[in-house]
Amino acid sequence: MVGNSFRGGVHPKECKERSRDVPLRSADPKGDLVFLLGQHIGTPARPVVKKNDPVLAGQILAEADGFVSAHVICSCSGTVKALEKRRTVSGRMMDCIVIQNDGEYRCTGNWDKRDEFTALRTEEILSRVKAAGIIGLGGAGFPTHVKLAPKNPQAIRYVIVNGTECEPWLTCNDQLMRTNAAEIADGLEVMLALFPNAEGVVCIEDNKPEAAAAMQKAVSGRQKMRVQVLPTKYSQGGEHSLIRVISGIDYPADMLPADVGCLVDNVGTVYAIGRAVLYGEPLLSHVMTVSGDAVSHPGNFWVREGTGFRDLLEAAGGLKEGAEPKKILAGGPMMGIAMGSLDVPVQRNNNGLTLLLTDDNEAAEKQATACLRCGRCLPTCPAGLLPQMMAAAYEAGDLDRFEKKLYGMECVLCGSCTFICPAKRPLTQMFRQAKAEIQTARRIRAAGGEK
Amino acid sequence: MQGIILTTLVITVVGIIVGFGLVFTAKKFYVEVDEKEAAVREVLPGNNCGACGYAGCDAMAAAISKGEAPVNGCPVGGSPVAEKVAEIMGVSAEAAEKKTAFVRCSGTCDVTANQGNYVGIQDCRAAVLAGVSVTSCDYGCLGFGSCTKICPADAIHVINGVAVVNPKKCVACGLCVKACPRGLIELKPEKKQVAVRCSSHDKGPQVKAVCTAGCIGCGLCEKQCKFDSIHVEGNLAHVNYETCAQCGACVSKCPVKVITMSDRMKAAAAKKAEAEKAAAEKAAAEAGEN
Repeated sequence: MVGNSFRGGVHPKECKERSRDVPLRSADPKGDLVFLLGQHIGTPARPVVKKNDPVLAGQILAEADGFVSAHVICSCSGTVKALEKRRTVSGRMMDCIVIQNDGEYRCTGNWDKRDEFTALRTEEILSRVKAAGIIGLGGAGFPTHVKLAPKNPQAIRYVIVNGTECEPWLTCNDQLMRTNAAEIADGLEVMLALFPNAEGVVCIEDNKPEAAAAMQKAVSGRQKMRVQVLPTKYSQGGEHSLIRVISGIDYPADMLPADVGCLVDNVGTVYAIGRAVLYGEPLLSHVMTVSGDAVSHPGNFWVREGTGFRDLLEAAGGLKEGAEPKKILAGGPMMGIAMGSLDVPVQRNNNGLTLLLTDDNEAAEKQATACLRCGRCLPTCPAGLLPQMMAAAYEAGDLDRFEKKLYGMECVLCGSCTFICPAKRPLTQMFRQAKAEIQTARRIRAAGGEK
Repeated sequence: MQGIILTTLVITVVGIIVGFGLVFTAKKFYVEVDEKEAAVREVLPGNNCGACGYAGCDAMAAAISKGEAPVNGCPVGGSPVAEKVAEIMGVSAEAAEKKTAFVRCSGTCDVTANQGNYVGIQDCRAAVLAGVSVTSCDYGCLGFGSCTKICPADAIHVINGVAVVNPKKCVACGLCVKACPRGLIELKPEKKQVAVRCSSHDKGPQVKAVCTAGCIGCGLCEKQCKFDSIHVEGNLAHVNYETCAQCGACVSKCPVKVITMSDRMKAAAAKKAEAEKAAAEKAAAEAGEN
């Protein structure tokens, strides 16, 4: 019997109580909407609109370019204002399409008629998913139509729906499961149609009993799917961790989940798959949480892609009076990206906005000391690595040891070791850099060497 | 007495046998050593810094003796070592122009600002990877000193937020060029002093918004140049060091003072210009007289 936990993990303060019971509502954008061409993993999309073109919600702005790529779809009606570089969540300037919003939200269709998908062939389902521009909404942004087409669909044994939401502060998936459980189950049914030998498992942490109950109700009476309630622990939502929990399989970083017969998708993605295949609705908006101790009315929102983060904050009532946030994160505090400015657009794979009054990193940097060799990082690592030794190898510049002796490339960058480290060392950042340098070296080697 | 004779005999016999054995193994397992390689290794500095691109001085010596590496390939030793190596190899050392690293950014803390508050590993590459653009300029020096850390000659230091090269110490190994995640550093001939200290490809107004010292791509320098050796490409001026005559015309015209030149050179250029002007006036006066 497979145990229902994974190795390692930590218990950060959940901080979910401020927004967990706030129902989803839509946060409408005020200014222009900005759409990134390269927000998914893979080749950036190729624009198919020109300046001053009128556009409708649901219209394709940029087409997938190549196999691993995804469409960019307009989420409002208006006109194309510019195709230019804009600053994005990552802080970099990237190619974007800017749409002047006319505020009418005219759509290309109604998307209210339900199709029966049982008659659809695999290609038809995949092409609908692709047409809807769906990418992994959990964060990585992998094009979903590619993920749903593994080499051998017969070999997939588990389709795992990730509703764990282990990231502190975030509660939008909780709300989505409470209110749209039936549609998520529909989406899962569609996915199971692609994989004849698979079982659908909806994973929910035990700090979300309402969501678990709603999902339980939605899946009862449907074939080949179940809800699995898991003990709350951070980094549960990581792909590796979930696969370990559900199937009992550990697999190396250079293998894909499909290679071990698993497929993991976020609840938001599964919901979008259901809408896309059954109703033909493209991915126009997704759920996000706006929270943090600097926000006056934290809540969960349906956010149109391209909305400015500033509009999103305003939808949540803005800042608390007199509050001055020290840290602004796209996402939660464990995996989120710190932002330099709120004037950047929401991407499809953003799942939250967290504004905090204190910056723990800054405080940590001041207290950082040399490694104490206490070994507390070792049992927290979900990948079973030795963060302490990896950090020593990184600091000595011995990337060969990092890669080959310590298996550093298996690190999933979950941040558990940094969280637990009493010496406050920036371990995850070291590993992120070491991995990037090793990958660059590999690319150079693959390209035939530098000289 | 007998014991002494016996001992001497035994040791003599053993000595002769071992001696033959040594001679045999020395002949049998003789490793051919290139005399040139040994000699070259002798004159190389022996820092094993790897700046030449080989795994230390031994590997470099082997490469030179095989003719795979140039005789002036050791950046640390410079021309004195190159001459000695050339002598050993029996070729004349090309009169390699001494190069020096040059940082194409002048965005000091006084003229530009930080966009975010970066905490974490104090390293430029880590900061770039962290995603958030630390400096308000997307092209400028981050100032965490990845170049300083890698420099074998202690020739590059971050001063007031921008890396500055000390040309006297620089050995032009190019390690900092590779280390800079923003590609700000280039190797230029040391004698050529006129250079653009900016790497921003942004348009003028965007540059102005983030840095008062950045190149705005106005093209005034291009119009001034009589030698066709400064060009604006992608909103950024760049000097062609091969053709630049260092007249200083672009330096004095640049509205943002981003093209640099040392004070001594400036004085020389001004003097020369004055002399030319005086000569022209004199010629004009003479022409008038006649």
